[in-house]
Amino acid sequence: MKMLKWFCSLYATRLHLAWLFLAATLVSSAQAQESPYIVTYDHYLEEPGSLEVEYFSTFGTQRQGNDFHAFWAEFEYGATAWWTTELYLDGQTTFNDCTIFTGFRWENRFRLLQREHFINPVLYIEYEQTSGADKILKEVEGHDVESDYAIPNAIARKQHDHELESKLLLSKTFKGWNIAENSIATKNLTGGNPWEFGYALGASRPLALKASAHRCSFCRENFIAGGEMYGGLGDRYAFGLHDSSHYVAAVAAWNLPSDWTLRLSPGFGLNDNSHCFLLRWGVSREFSGFGDMIAGLFGGHQ
Amino acid sequence: MTSTGTSIVIVISAAWAFAVAAPIVAAQKEKASPSWTKDNLVYAELTKAPKKAVVRRNPLENDRDAVAAGANLFDQHCSECHGEMAEGTHKAPSLLADLVQQATPGTLFWVLTNGVVRRGMPVWSKLPEPQRWQLVSYLKSLAPAEKSPQ
Repeated sequence: MKMLKWFCSLYATRLHLAWLFLAATLVSSAQAQESPYIVTYDHYLEEPGSLEVEYFSTFGTQRQGNDFHAFWAEFEYGATAWWTTELYLDGQTTFNDCTIFTGFRWENRFRLLQREHFINPVLYIEYEQTSGADKILKEVEGHDVESDYAIPNAIARKQHDHELESKLLLSKTFKGWNIAENSIATKNLTGGNPWEFGYALGASRPLALKASAHRCSFCRENFIAGGEMYGGLGDRYAFGLHDSSHYVAAVAAWNLPSDWTLRLSPGFGLNDNSHCFLLRWGVSREFSGFGDMIAGLFGGHQ
Repeated sequence: MTSTGTSIVIVISAAWAFAVAAPIVAAQKEKASPSWTKDNLVYAELTKAPKKAVVRRNPLENDRDAVAAGANLFDQHCSECHGEMAEGTHKAPSLLADLVQQATPGTLFWVLTNGVVRRGMPVWSKLPEPQRWQLVSYLKSLAPAEKSPQ
């Protein structure tokens, strides 16, 4: 049985790596200037025609249950300069339990204003179909608490959620600092669940604002560091910070000249309803020729 | 196939249909309009910079490394659309054109910061301000085209 679990975990990892390799061989790349946030969104969208392939992991501690390692792959495409569409595939391994696929999400972000303003709003709309075993903690909403995640996979996976999630992303970059605030409203379309709410806040800054005259991996401008805080705000019947979980996390990103971005984020629960510790990391690569490649297949420019 | 499986297939297909449709539609539009029209619409954006932005001076104009750093930034972020030598491609206009070369540094900085979102150029305010000025330094260092494309 242990061998089977190990094989499943290895298979999932290899599947993700295969996706990355396939994309790498098909299109050219461009150095990304990615934000370090894992949960919070700023107002920057994917460049038009670019595909960003990302892999993220979250290790979480669990009281009264088994620790877990949740992972997801993201395929983020810049359809236009004002619209980014993204597909997520989620999975998780609960230690001493099993590895399972937990669902998918389809996310769209729309830039609402043409130019930069004092605050820049972006509308986020997502449909997600996940099982109760989903543990990626991409956001916290409603009355999400740690004990929800202690249910064994065999039971939790039987619950199917169809959720419509909307966010208003507000963000501003000033003197190198990015400040972002996300308001979340989620409706579970199964059953008569009420609207649930959540929030995410983030601030980050590159370690240097000027670029070096020569390309380098370890230049300070390639590193962005900051922090984020996120949590639930209850539902329409019981709104507020109570009876939900809240987290604070340090975030860091390393934008490599070789077109890869690495992210690391240790996070800590702020109350008894939260997981004590979450360690997140991710790797991503941006491919700028994807749109052209597809257009070329249909007789457009390549 | 279970209903969950069917839904997965439908939504994944829909998502990627959108992702695939966008560049196809863009390619069709491109065929329908001559590139000089598109380019002029983008160049017209230079005239929309507010006066306060137009008169801003490049704080790095005496920085000897600014052009080299700007060239690196251009290669990383701009050359995919504007071409390796800024000569323009089917996606974005030439930056060697007189209209661009004669624009003030402040105007170029303003366009970089705000983008031309409707015409496909993203906002570049995610690059810190000094890096945008380094890009301006590089753009201004480029030799002007012999003949303006307008």
